[in-house]
Amino acid sequence: MRNERPGGSNLRQRALRVVGKNVLRHEGFGKLTGRARYVADLDVPGAWWGVTVRAPHARARLLEIRRDPSFEWGGAVVVTADDLARFGRTNIVALIGEDQPFLVAGLAEHPEEAVALVAAPTREAAERAAAHLEARYEELPSELDFERATTTFKKYEIHKGKLVRAFPLAHHIVTGTYRSGHQEQAYIENNGVVAFPPDPARGGIREVRGSMQCPFYIVAALARLFGEPRERMRVVQSTTGGGFGGKEEFPSMIAGHAALLAEACGRPVRMLYDRAEDMAATTKRHPARVTHRTALDRQGRILGMEIDVLLDGGAYSTLSPVVLSRAVLHAAGPYACDNLRITGRVVKTNTPPNGAFRGFGVPQVAFALERHLDRVAAHIGIDPVELRRRNLLEDGGTTATGQAVSDAGASRQALDAVLARSKWAATKRAHAAWNRKNTGKRRGLGLACYFHGTGFTGNGEIELASVAAVELLARGFVRVRTSSTEIGQGTRTVFAQIVAETLGLPYERVETFDPDTALVPDSGPTVASRTVAIVGRIVADAARALDRALAAQAGRKPGEPWAAREFERVGAAYLAAGGDPFFCARFSNPSRQEFDDVRYVGDAYAAYAWAATVVEVEVDLASFEVSVRRVTSAQEIGRAIHPRLAEGQLEGGLAQALGWGLFEEVVMRGGRMANGQLTNYVLPTAIDIPTIDLVLLERPYQHGPFGAKGIGELPMDGGAPAAVNAIADALAIDLDRIPATPERIALAWGAKAAAETSA
Amino acid sequence: MRLRLEVNGRRRSADVPPMKRLLDVLREDFALTGTKEGCGEGECGACAVLVDGALVNSCLVAACQAAGTKIRTVEGLADGNAGATGLHPIQQAFWERGGAQCGICTPGMLMAAAALLATNAKPTEFEIREALAGNLCRCTGYVKIVEAVAAAARAKPSQRRTGRDAG
Repeated sequence: MRNERPGGSNLRQRALRVVGKNVLRHEGFGKLTGRARYVADLDVPGAWWGVTVRAPHARARLLEIRRDPSFEWGGAVVVTADDLARFGRTNIVALIGEDQPFLVAGLAEHPEEAVALVAAPTREAAERAAAHLEARYEELPSELDFERATTTFKKYEIHKGKLVRAFPLAHHIVTGTYRSGHQEQAYIENNGVVAFPPDPARGGIREVRGSMQCPFYIVAALARLFGEPRERMRVVQSTTGGGFGGKEEFPSMIAGHAALLAEACGRPVRMLYDRAEDMAATTKRHPARVTHRTALDRQGRILGMEIDVLLDGGAYSTLSPVVLSRAVLHAAGPYACDNLRITGRVVKTNTPPNGAFRGFGVPQVAFALERHLDRVAAHIGIDPVELRRRNLLEDGGTTATGQAVSDAGASRQALDAVLARSKWAATKRAHAAWNRKNTGKRRGLGLACYFHGTGFTGNGEIELASVAAVELLARGFVRVRTSSTEIGQGTRTVFAQIVAETLGLPYERVETFDPDTALVPDSGPTVASRTVAIVGRIVADAARALDRALAAQAGRKPGEPWAAREFERVGAAYLAAGGDPFFCARFSNPSRQEFDDVRYVGDAYAAYAWAATVVEVEVDLASFEVSVRRVTSAQEIGRAIHPRLAEGQLEGGLAQALGWGLFEEVVMRGGRMANGQLTNYVLPTAIDIPTIDLVLLERPYQHGPFGAKGIGELPMDGGAPAAVNAIADALAIDLDRIPATPERIALAWGAKAAAETSA
Repeated sequence: MRLRLEVNGRRRSADVPPMKRLLDVLREDFALTGTKEGCGEGECGACAVLVDGALVNSCLVAACQAAGTKIRTVEGLADGNAGATGLHPIQQAFWERGGAQCGICTPGMLMAAAALLATNAKPTEFEIREALAGNLCRCTGYVKIVEAVAAAARAKPSQRRTGRDAG
């Protein structure tokens, strides 16, 4: 059912009663008492364990897989690519490109690629059997350096104005190259699923339960693998211990593996990765090299920007094309520039594929741009704050694709708010005095301004055409049915608030439903900061359809809040009269978004959220250890449906961004993560992250539910450059690569000392 | 070996290999799956439980080391300390203040907080952060967790009986 009032505003004149309140979370109790069942907690009688045999080389030809004839194979099943071919399975993980197999058939393209699957009654037995499989390879030359790689998965170009005219007019031209490394999502619950064999009593239904962000992605992947209709696949999310993008596309792989083993042994099969396997074999953030060439006039106004983005895709294309797309679309930041050229390329290397991670290409380009602007400011001799002030977009200003954004001036509000709240100018003066004292430490202050587009890029939401439903229950209750997953953000709570507010019912009257693809419509994936702003709007539309039906039943005007008792009475009468309890709504492109995805011109996103962050650091001149003293951030998010949950997203994202910028270094050797343990991949702890001072700004987005924009990824984009700018400020050094580990800071400090001596 | 110990105030026993991890004993032999495994090497703290009132990572404790001890897990945290909602004051504070997001680190965080408040009734913010530094959380940035523990510490002392005395 389509929303009959597309483009109509959700904003109501009456005061909000549920939205904007810190109601108790729906998902709270089970998680606090240990009762919530994560995939490893599921009791599945008779389940076997599945394990994966993985390729040892960066690139190799798989010659044969031999079963040790002396081993007793009766108690185990083995699945290889040959078995898939024999049984007519399609050995492709369905996604954008069609280049990644479930199991190596011939060419192994990266270390840790799955070569064979083994299941047995216990994990130990499965591992024992796997050790008796001997795979022989012929090693082949590999490409591990993405800056030299020659195979391109995808390219984009964005052109605006006339770059060739901007540079000759420039008073200043500043160039710079900025690099960032892999980042591990490091959800505390590893990837895992349980798959059930096809059930002949239920029409051959194949069921998978597990930790995931996108149940319908798995449905599509299983349907492709088995060559069966999607309706035969049932995917149920279990309580999920964090995702951050790491459970967007990868679960399709492990679900396919477990489903193949379940079919082979005729029993449920559990596949639960341990930390080492999860870190070694699953996706990470794309490493990036971003090059800037910027033309400015005498006053520091940007005349032209030339930006080149290079991403390391790993061995298969997976989601790299869309990560690159979002990267180039955000590469010029929230700044006004009439003349620009942005080029982007994602290339193939023989490492495990890089994939979705909160921010999705934007943290890399935001780091480069915000670090570059500090370098520009130093080069032309103006204050970094003033440089940004002279160039930030105003309301109605146009982005790189020429999209006029009515609330783009929110970036200026965010800047003003964060400067005031952090006492920027006074702190700078205090630092100057403090740094003159001989304490063996230096303090610095760094700033970053950034933005993030809500929902799928360009025409993505129109093509997805997501559906959400609400269901009228007995006794005046309503239930929300969507495939949007709760992965910590509070999806269920916020949807319940949106429905309660739309109908005028108490929050407690709205229930939510486990994402189970047999029982919920496809509301699209839980990614791209789209759950509240895009799916939440569809949920509100569905609730309005329910409201209209009951208003008609009662002979009253729709759109007025219901008294709970009257709602219960009218609802009962409606159901008794045989009324359909389900009310669906489909995405209706309420903002009339139009995007040319060939020329990359037009409305790249339905809405943008805007932010500015200030980080204060202290650097020890002996150890070059950085301590983050203070984080202040102003984030314009449209409307906080649940302010405390919104703060939780923003604080968590900032912490993850500081981790990426300062601590988290993935060391790759031979295409394999060499520090794949939480012991030596350093995550921020409670003593590394200070209290985060947040300012929530709200300029309601007309077409979001009650004005909400997407916020999940925004905070990930700006924490790293703000922190690195602060280190550079503290030591008066240049840093162009993250993570800014003590070793890198020491090198930059040493280079500065050497330059001063030789001068 | 025949392992005998007390879990959440109940005497329990199981036949287990002596080197079986306490984490697996709790989860597999006693079906107490509230205690989570995040890394299996004592880094993340998701498996933290109280053994005779002391906070330990149960993935690093062998069954034989736990013989005869009193164990407290998240399932038993509220025993004798429950408020109106059935939750321990620390759990209640986590619920109200957003201390749990995805929830996988939460059982360990709660046990670490309980261990802290059992020995330090009025911790400073730094003391809270230090006490939780062995427990990784990837969702919250720790802000709301620290606030929740501080709020639980401010709750009436009679509601705060935890850890050792509750073991």
